[in-house]
Amino acid sequence: MKNKAKIVIIGGGISGASIAYNLAEKGETDVVVLERHYLTSGATGRCGAGVRQQWGTKMNCLIAKKSIEFFEKAEEILDYDDVEFKQEGYLIVGSDEEEDELFEKNVKLQQSLGIPAKKLTPEEAKEIVPHLNTDGVYSATFCKTDGHLNPFLMTDAYYKAAKRRGVEFYTETEVTGIDVENGEIKGVKTDKGYIECEIVVNAAGGYAKQIGEMAGVDIPVFSQNREILVTEPIERMQDPMVISFSKNIYCQQTPHGAFIMGRGDNREAGLSVESTWKFLDEMAKTVTNLLPPVGELRVIRQWGGLYNMSPDRQPIIGGTDEVKGFYMACGFSGHGFMFGPMTGVLISELILGEEPSMPMEELELSRFDGKDVEAYETNVV
Amino acid sequence: MDPKNIIICRCSDVTLADLFELFDEGYTSFEELKRIARVGMGPCQANTCGKMVQWEISKYFKKPLEEIPFHNMRPLTLGVKLRAIKEAAEDEE
Ligand SMILES: Cc1cc2nc3c(=O)[nH]c(=O)nc-3n(C[C@H](O)[C@H](O)[C@H](O)COP(=O)(O)OP(=O)(O)OC[C@H]3O[C@@H](n4cnc5c(N)ncnc54)[C@H](O)[C@@H]3O)c2cc1C
Ligand code: FES
Repeated sequence: MKNKAKIVIIGGGISGASIAYNLAEKGETDVVVLERHYLTSGATGRCGAGVRQQWGTKMNCLIAKKSIEFFEKAEEILDYDDVEFKQEGYLIVGSDEEEDELFEKNVKLQQSLGIPAKKLTPEEAKEIVPHLNTDGVYSATFCKTDGHLNPFLMTDAYYKAAKRRGVEFYTETEVTGIDVENGEIKGVKTDKGYIECEIVVNAAGGYAKQIGEMAGVDIPVFSQNREILVTEPIERMQDPMVISFSKNIYCQQTPHGAFIMGRGDNREAGLSVESTWKFLDEMAKTVTNLLPPVGELRVIRQWGGLYNMSPDRQPIIGGTDEVKGFYMACGFSGHGFMFGPMTGVLISELILGEEPSMPMEELELSRFDGKDVEAYETNVV
Repeated sequence: MDPKNIIICRCSDVTLADLFELFDEGYTSFEELKRIARVGMGPCQANTCGKMVQWEISKYFKKPLEEIPFHNMRPLTLGVKLRAIKEAAEDEE
């Protein structure tokens, strides 16, 4: 292991891999990525693999849109065979008038940003997903360029491209402390030795708060277990992801043929990723009601992963005045996989002193200074 | 026999030659192989191929079999229909 590098990235998920690639692509190759287990062992390898642009805040819409533009060309840019990206849309179904008003507002915002989303009646929704049970569906929205992407392969593509450009990755290497002197980063302690460095990037997903504490930076995030399951693979029967905030479900058929589905409940904050019967029961009820034929499929696995929640459900991307050289990419609140490309672009621009490709005020930690945040992104399952 | 013709994981259609290629690319643990090539992730959940994968890792890297961690077993490895789970849950209520 190297004992000195300019930049140390903590976390080998989509964020860490994308940041590493973007730095190296811009010529900064004195970069080391540290991962406690193996790449994608955190939320990235446990996620629902959905990528969508139908968000309720301008910032989330923009990050998602630019990231999807990247996914469309990812194989070519990263020189990778296949990341299993498919754009067959996201169908969002709502239950009542109140949700319909929210849809109206969201679609207006999305269209103003060039996202091809539209509102649908339940009948139009059924044309797109014929096995949708429209009882209790009031209206829907659809965006055809949303879709699915394989998290393992996408991370692998970034990893290999970064490695080819000179970045070093150390797996099974856990960060145990961060050295800060006079408000400046000096190095990182790991269970495999010490690495002297000027810059640390906290891309530790569900453990971002703990990494912040090591550097003496208080990050207002918390983690929550979210459960998910997968069925046996079957022949193609559902093109888009079907999702509902009020019914609390997301469900899509992967290109491989298996259905992946999940839902959220208000768990206590914590770091457990256990699997529960309660989730399985509630998931089975919800999906069998909304998409009846999917109920005939056998579950083959269930697991949990951590959402890292920020107060306004938008990510925290950027540095801090408190500690020079400490950067954060966390608080993705359940949508950090699809934001991966922009996370890497923005962090690399900030580190290298380039003009950021997006206004940063709403992404940096300082947006929370002395403020109670009100504008919550509500479009989260 | 040609490793190309030796199927290790029937569910996910992975041959011994595929495994060798992955080993050479640096994927050396069961957990990594699962994620990159779906080895052991099929309907049988590695009941068929699990031991073979472990054995091949051990042979290739010349490490004792006991030192090769088996993959994480997840709950529900038998495959139950969602509708059956729903009905059972409703019966209990
Ligand atoms: C069930 C579920 C479904 C989801 N569905 C979607 C979806 O459909 N679409 C979407 O966009 N997002 C989804 N998400 C969210 C998404 O998975 C995350 O936002 C995203 O993967 C975060 O990536 P990351 O690289 O920032 O963090 P992670 O992937 O969590 O990576 C952080 C890494 O840091 C490592 N680490 C932590 N502490 C240390 C340490 N001390 N030393 C060294 N390494 C350390 C961890 O081992 C981990 O590998 C879902 C999440 C869950 C749990
Ligand atoms: S044979 Fe490998 S998962 Fe079934």
